[in-house]
Parts: sequence; C-alpha cells; structure tokens
Amino acid sequence: MSTQQASFVRASMIEASPAPVLESGAVFWLRKNLFATPKDTALTIISLLVLAWLVPPAIQWLFIDAAWTGGGRGVCATLSQGGSQPEGWSGACWAFVNAKFDQFVFGRYPLEERWRPALVGILFVLFLVPMLIPKIPNKGFNAILLFVALPIIAIILLPGGWFGLTYVETALWGGLMVTLALSFVGIAVSLPLGILLALGRRSDMPVIKMLCTVFIEIVRGVPLITVLFMASVMLPLFLPQGVTFDKFLRALIGVSLFASAYMAEVVRGGLQAIPKGQYEGADSLGLSYWQKMNLIVLPQALKLVIPGIVNTFIGLFKDTSLVSIIGMFDLLGIVRLNFTDTNWASAVTPLTGLIFAGFVFWLFCFGMSRYSGFMERLLDKSQR
Amino acid sequence: MAIGVTNAPERSKSSGSIINDPQVRGIFYQAITVIILAVLIYWIVDNTIENLRRANIASGYGFLSSRAGFDVGQSLISFSSDSTYGRALVVGFVNTLLVAITGIITATVIGFIVGIGRLSHNWIIAKLSLAYVEVFRNIPPLLVIFFWYSGVLSILPQARDALALPFDMYVSNRGLAFPRPIPGEGSLYTLLAFLIAVAASFLVARYARQKQMATGQRFPVLWTALGLIIGLPLVTFLATGAPLTFDVPVAGKFNLTGGSVVGPEFMSLFLALSFYTAAFIAEIVRAGIRGVSKGQSEAAHALGIRPRLTTRLVIVPQAMRIIIPPLTSQYLNLTKNSSLAVAVGYADLVAVGGTILNQTGQSIEVVSIWLIVYLSLSLATSLFMNWYNARMALVER
Repeated sequence: MSTQQASFVRASMIEASPAPVLESGAVFWLRKNLFATPKDTALTIISLLVLAWLVPPAIQWLFIDAAWTGGGRGVCATLSQGGSQPEGWSGACWAFVNAKFDQFVFGRYPLEERWRPALVGILFVLFLVPMLIPKIPNKGFNAILLFVALPIIAIILLPGGWFGLTYVETALWGGLMVTLALSFVGIAVSLPLGILLALGRRSDMPVIKMLCTVFIEIVRGVPLITVLFMASVMLPLFLPQGVTFDKFLRALIGVSLFASAYMAEVVRGGLQAIPKGQYEGADSLGLSYWQKMNLIVLPQALKLVIPGIVNTFIGLFKDTSLVSIIGMFDLLGIVRLNFTDTNWASAVTPLTGLIFAGFVFWLFCFGMSRYSGFMERLLDKSQR
Repeated sequence: MAIGVTNAPERSKSSGSIINDPQVRGIFYQAITVIILAVLIYWIVDNTIENLRRANIASGYGFLSSRAGFDVGQSLISFSSDSTYGRALVVGFVNTLLVAITGIITATVIGFIVGIGRLSHNWIIAKLSLAYVEVFRNIPPLLVIFFWYSGVLSILPQARDALALPFDMYVSNRGLAFPRPIPGEGSLYTLLAFLIAVAASFLVARYARQKQMATGQRFPVLWTALGLIIGLPLVTFLATGAPLTFDVPVAGKFNLTGGSVVGPEFMSLFLALSFYTAAFIAEIVRAGIRGVSKGQSEAAHALGIRPRLTTRLVIVPQAMRIIIPPLTSQYLNLTKNSSLAVAVGYADLVAVGGTILNQTGQSIEVVSIWLIVYLSLSLATSLFMNWYNARMALVER
C-alpha cells in the first residue's frame, strides 16, 4: 500500500519563487526615496531641474568667476564700469571682504589698540569652550571666569582710559566685536532678569505680579526698533540735564530689556510645567521661597525649557543687527558702511558683503541651535 | 482645607513675631516696591518736564494737525507734503498693514509648502525644505531685507531697459510695474455677484453640515462653493459686457509710463518678511502634523476611510488645533518685523513716526502712538487666539 496517493501530499515540486526584491543598495534606496510613485518621480525630476538651474550658476558666481585678490574696485568692475573685468562679467568680490576683513571684525577701533579686543575675544573663547563641553569639571569656577572675570577684563580693556590704556570711545567700536559684545551682555542680563520677571509674574503679591505682567506684555507687544528708539531718544529726556548715557550703553539697555521679556515668558512656561507637588513638597520641608525656587523648582523648570531659552538667545543674536538702524556699526552696519567706500564701490560689492555677513550670522545661530539640540539629548538621556 | 484655614492664624500667633508672618512681609515688600517706583516716576517726570521746557518743546498732540512738509514715497491714500502729521501717521499705518497682510499671505503659502515638504517621503524634497528652513531661520531679517534691497533689486537694469515679464509686467531698479485694472461701468454688478456667491457658499456649507448630521451623507461643499464663487461673478462679468480695461505700462525712452508701480522698498521688505517668516511657519506646520498621533490615521484607515479623506477629516483638523496658536504669534512677529521698513525707507508707521520725531522733537507723543498702535494690534491678535482656542479646544464628553 506504499504507492497509494494521499490527496494531501504533493506530487510535484513547487516552482522556485522569484528572488525577493532587493531591500538594500543604491537602487533600492533610489526607488524608495526618490521614485516611489509617479508623483514622487515628477517631484524629484522637477527639483533636480530647479537645482540644476540654480546651483551651477551660484557656484560659478560665488567661486569660479569670483575676484579673490585685488587692491581696489578695478578687479570687481567691468571695463565699462571702469574696471578690468570683461563686459558682462559678474562674480563675487571676495577681494573686498579680504581687504575689509579687519574692519568687519573690529570696526573703526584704532589699529595699534586692536590687540585689546583680540585679547578679550581669545579669553572669551578660552573660557567658553570648557564651559560648553560637559565632561570638563569645575563648571562653577568656569562660570565665574566667564560671567564675572571676563566682563571686568572687557570693561577695563575695551574702552580703556585707565592703567595707561588710551581711551577708545564706543563710537569707534564696530563689526563682529559689537555684535558679540551686545549679544553676550544681552544673554548674561536677560536670563537672570527673565527668571526674576517670570517669578514675579507668578508671585502671590498682586502689585509685583501686575508690574511684571505689564512690563512683559508691553515689551513683547512692540517691535524691538521702537524699544531701541525709546532707549536712544527718550532715555536722555528722562535724565537730569548734563547726565548722558553712552550710545552703546543705551543700545545695550534696550536689547537686554527686550530679550528679558521674551525670556520671562519662556521661563514661565517651564515653571508652569512643574507639577504642584514639587512646590508643595518644598513647602512641607520648610524651605524658604528662594530656597524652594533655587533648589527645587528652577533646576527642573530651566532644564525643560532649554530649547526655548536657546531660541531666545538666537533671536537676541539676530536682533543685535537692528542697532545699525540707530546709527551703530555692528557687523551688518559696518558691512553696509563699506558699500559707500568709493575705493570699492561696484555692482557686486553689496551682494558679496551681505553674503559674507549672512554667513557669519548663520554660522553663530546654527552653531547655537545645534549645541542646544546636543544638550537636550544629553539631559534627556540622563533622565532615563 | 478646613485644617489649613484653622491652622494658619495659630501658627503666625505661635511664632510670636510679626516679622515672620508671610502676609505682613508680602505687604511690606509691595509697599517698598510701590514707593521706589513712585519716587522713580516722579524723578523721571520732573526731569522730562525740565528737559522739555529747556528744549522749548510744547507737549501734547497738537502737532498732529500741523503741516507735515515731507513727502511719502508710496501711499494707498492721497498724501502730499501739505497734509498734516496726523494724516502722515495714518498713511504709515496703512502701509504697515499693507506689507503685513501681503507678507502674511505669502509667508503662509510658502511656509505650508515647505513644512509639508519636510515631511515628504521624497528624500530630495525633504532635504531641500530642511535647507530652506535652516538657512532663513538663522539669518537676521534685516540682513535679508538688505539682501533684496541692495544686493538684488538695486543692481537690476534701469527703468529704460526694464526686464519684461509675462502679462505686461516690467521689473527694473525702480520696482515692479504691472498693468492696473480700471473697472468700467457695470463692474459693480460683478462685485455684487461675488458677494452673493460668498453668502450662498456659507448657506451651502450649513446645509451640508445639517444634511450630514441628519443622514450621514456628504455633500461636495468645496466644489459647489468654488463653482459659485468663481462662476457667478464670471457669468455676471461676461453678461455685463466685460467692463474692465487695463492701464498697461509702456517702456518709454527714459522711464516706464502707465500701470501701477510697486517700489523696491516695498518689494524688498515684502520678500524678506515672507521668506524669513515662512521658515518659522514651516517648522510650526511640521510640528503640528507630527503632533497628531499615528493611531489617529491608523484608526481612520481601519474604519475604511480613504487616504485623502483621512488627511482632510482626521489629520488636518487636529493638526490645525496645534498649528493655529503659534501661527498667530508668527503673524504678529511679521507685523512687528515690518517696522524694519525704516532701514530701507519704506514709509511704514515707524519710519513716518521717526521722521516726525526728528522734525518736531515730540518724542514722547510719537513713541506713545507707536506703543498704542502695536499694543492694540497684539491685543486684538491675542483676543482672536483666545476665541479660537476656546472654539477649537477638545470637547470631552
């Protein structure tokens, strides 16, 4: 009976099924990410065409046709414009940035005194870098160096006028130095002031609460430029005759107050996210108000809102460019001032200068946002 | 609660000293704050009055009705140098609104396209959108304005060799010239038809909702409304004999004549604000769509709702709830950033106010007008936001 066929036993071999679709490699990647559907394919082709239309001319303009060296506008102007380039030429004028680079960094700070801002800048980097790397210990000491020692050194060195240093008035300051100084002070002032304002807005005392709310809402409701106008036009009116504020200081006050109002709202968001049990726990331990805030609430609240705080910093850094409207020469202001230099005026100079300034701003802001992302992930990990 | 109430006075009694009573302390701190503030304000007011007297500036808003004596580059309402300061400020305010509204529309369109692009499965679209966001988010808006103003628009050819664009538009370093429509006789009917169509669309939408509630059947509201809003005015327009002519710009020997011209100041401000704010709107849109949990779309698929309807009926309404509040504050930011107009000389509220401030020295009055206008704008926005939030908040049963 061994030859009897059971209906459930197969009599023939199964055909070999086709090999599985390749799920790795360049072709699969292309098919999945660029040509998944007809619509996708169309979008991909359109974007590639747009890129092909935009990128090669941009590279041509920025690098290949660019004038890299030269001592005057001649290298960046065509023959009919009084230069040495052939008709129809257009390219970036990096020679202009090259020649003016020192001015873009230091403004019109006297040449023989430029070691002073340079030294402050080097110290800033030296104090800042270990602060930013989480593994390096002694953060407290480092913070004192950065937020106490560095400002004192800067106040001594930058304006001068004592210890035999020649006095350099702030009207001569300019360039990246002013941008960085404004942002550093803005950041250093706005964070503590913002925390105080946020605590005030959540305070039980009605008068304090109302004052903080009114300040925050008014400042957040108006554009920075009106705050700067106020600082530069109305502050002198408020002071007695003869007392004058430095223009730089006025801009500093305006920028710092503006940033603190935004910071206050960010911090308030963090304070609201802390569960009530934390406040009550601190109260039941008998901690005073400031102990409760410093030891229990703020460390948790600030950690929650790091992205918001860094976004405010980035906003502040970008907003410092507005001081060029009230007649100060920050990086953007000094670049624009140099457009009018007859030695360099040409059709491509403004675009080149602005691209350079934009790149510098971008580098700082992008760096800050990347660092904040890194910190966020680090703190997130430590919580798990 | 009862325990807390009875215990509180006992404790303050037992500690004996009134200094340690938190309520007394609170009143004390507040009193000190008020006194310091009052002294400070008195000092400031005193100094200000003294300074104003010395500079011979009469305070008050009387200057608003005196002759301005300056001209405004671009204005929607008539203005000449003989007009008053008050009218100049109105012109500035209208200009602020103009650039804000046009900027908001463009920024929203670009922002939504880029935001959705960032979530695209298409690698190249996602990366391009990411690059757009990272570039424009990290550059000061003022720099973008100058980029357009002195980097791009000012090196365009002069008006006599203006570049011709489609639809009889010309672009030159004097700005964009485009045909100006001149409504003829009877065009009022077209406007009327448009208004009727809008009203009818609302009624259709209401009817459709009632029908769906009652029977569960859906009515194609969108197509009906589109047909009404486009069709009805179009038919009226053609029936009344197409009463519309265009004032077309013509390239003359030295300049373009005719048509409407938008100056480079407005163009650069408008382009910069749109591109800059769009980067932020894109991030908001992305966060909003990502914020709708995946279970929602999976549940919709499980119910057999088709993908397009899932997007429209399940994802978008929930995403909008997340998107709208930050979006409104971006609109407000754009409006406030329009004050950067002063940098390129577009006559907005701040630029006009600045000119008046320099001419008359009425700094307190001008600044107070700025404050009132911008604060009321932001107050109106936050009122709208509260209303919207209340309407859109999750109704839990």
